[in-house]
Amino acid sequence: MVHLTTPLTEEAVLSLHAGDHVLLSGDVYTARDAAHLRMLDCIASGDPLPMPLEGQVIYYAGPTPTPPGKPVGSIGPTTSVRMDAATPALLARGLRGVIGKGQRGAEVVSAMQAHPSVYFAAVGGAAALMAACVTACEVIAWDDLGPESVKRLTLKELPLVVAVDAYGQDAFALGQAAYVQSIGK
Amino acid sequence: MREISAEIIAETVARLCIEANRNLPQDVACALACAEDAEPFAPAKDLLGLLRQNERIARETRMPICQDTGMAVVFAEVGQEVHITGSFEQAVNEGVRRGYVEGLLRKSVVGDPLRRINTGDNTPAVLHTRLVPGDRVTITVAPKGFGSENMSRLTMLTPAQGVQGVKDFVVDTVRRAGANPCPPMVLGIGVGGDFEGVAELAKRALMLPLDQPNPDPFYAQLERELLEAVNETGVGPQGLGGKTTCLGLHVLAGATHIAGLPVAVNVSCHVTRHQTAVL
Repeated sequence: MVHLTTPLTEEAVLSLHAGDHVLLSGDVYTARDAAHLRMLDCIASGDPLPMPLEGQVIYYAGPTPTPPGKPVGSIGPTTSVRMDAATPALLARGLRGVIGKGQRGAEVVSAMQAHPSVYFAAVGGAAALMAACVTACEVIAWDDLGPESVKRLTLKELPLVVAVDAYGQDAFALGQAAYVQSIGK
Repeated sequence: MREISAEIIAETVARLCIEANRNLPQDVACALACAEDAEPFAPAKDLLGLLRQNERIARETRMPICQDTGMAVVFAEVGQEVHITGSFEQAVNEGVRRGYVEGLLRKSVVGDPLRRINTGDNTPAVLHTRLVPGDRVTITVAPKGFGSENMSRLTMLTPAQGVQGVKDFVVDTVRRAGANPCPPMVLGIGVGGDFEGVAELAKRALMLPLDQPNPDPFYAQLERELLEAVNETGVGPQGLGGKTTCLGLHVLAGATHIAGLPVAVNVSCHVTRHQTAVL
């Protein structure tokens, strides 16, 4: 088990390998479909992005409303592949990690090699469990997007798997091959 | 003629929206427990343990099991001898509005698919209403997340493609879906009917209890063979490899045309939710 705290250094990212189990702490930013479209608009028009990117991590997530007395509602990952078109441009601007669920396209995998960075898989659907790993949540941009607004989350030991590393390795392909080998087929 | 007020309908729908999002149905929870026991691949077994822990935390803390609290799919069976005072459809949407606002559920619906403005209260519901004999109203609310909905597929096979064609399409759908729909999945498979009918059969198949096989032995056998084939793909929990790709599936078949064999696979996840009330 690897303990990591954001922001991530290039060195930390290069030490990670597909299939590694990680507990991530520190600040990350939520952004999903609508926020990614707006970030691409910002980049195209030369406007500043709502959050810093250098060494930072984006979590593809839109939580349920925050219950009274709690820092955040249920908060699991959404399907990452929908963000593929925007991801390489963000990695090129210093983003060091993203959190989501499901496989990534070839362009994202190669962009993670070109700009050393990683894709972490969170446990899809385990949203009540993951809420317990968030100690603070604050909307920092695009409140009009409701569940899709950009939020800064403070994490304490969020359990993740390195799904795509900075060497082009993919934990989904490796895991499925290891299972098939384990049953001797 | 028995009278039921629109207000009762709204209250019931609101309660079902909240309950469905916090409590996994017993058959799905049992399937998850059985899968954890039977999973031979250690990393997959650990993941299934986390999913069970999540389900327990949601129930105990009254938090939604999954942050995608879905589009509210509502199945209503309205007895012919019932008179509803007020608008039935408005009552259902009022229930969804109250349930999603008061239950602190996520509002995930946009009013138009291309202009994409969030409606702010998760309405409108997807409503399927049937008129049935009797003086009861049965309402099922099934919140449907879109990580899995997006992986669903429909095809129009030829009659000659038969059982093998259905199997190939189902297995191919699961392979293409891979890690995206939060496996272990639950599959609702519609066979027959026409273009829109087969999709509804598939959605209705997701409501059937996982611990009971199809009452028709022919389809019970097909369900066993499909489950086995899907669990040989190796996709596993979260797509990270393992035996447990699918917790369970059902096939609903319907009459079709001499020229056709429609097949629809409605993909769902380990949080396959639905709650029913009878009024």
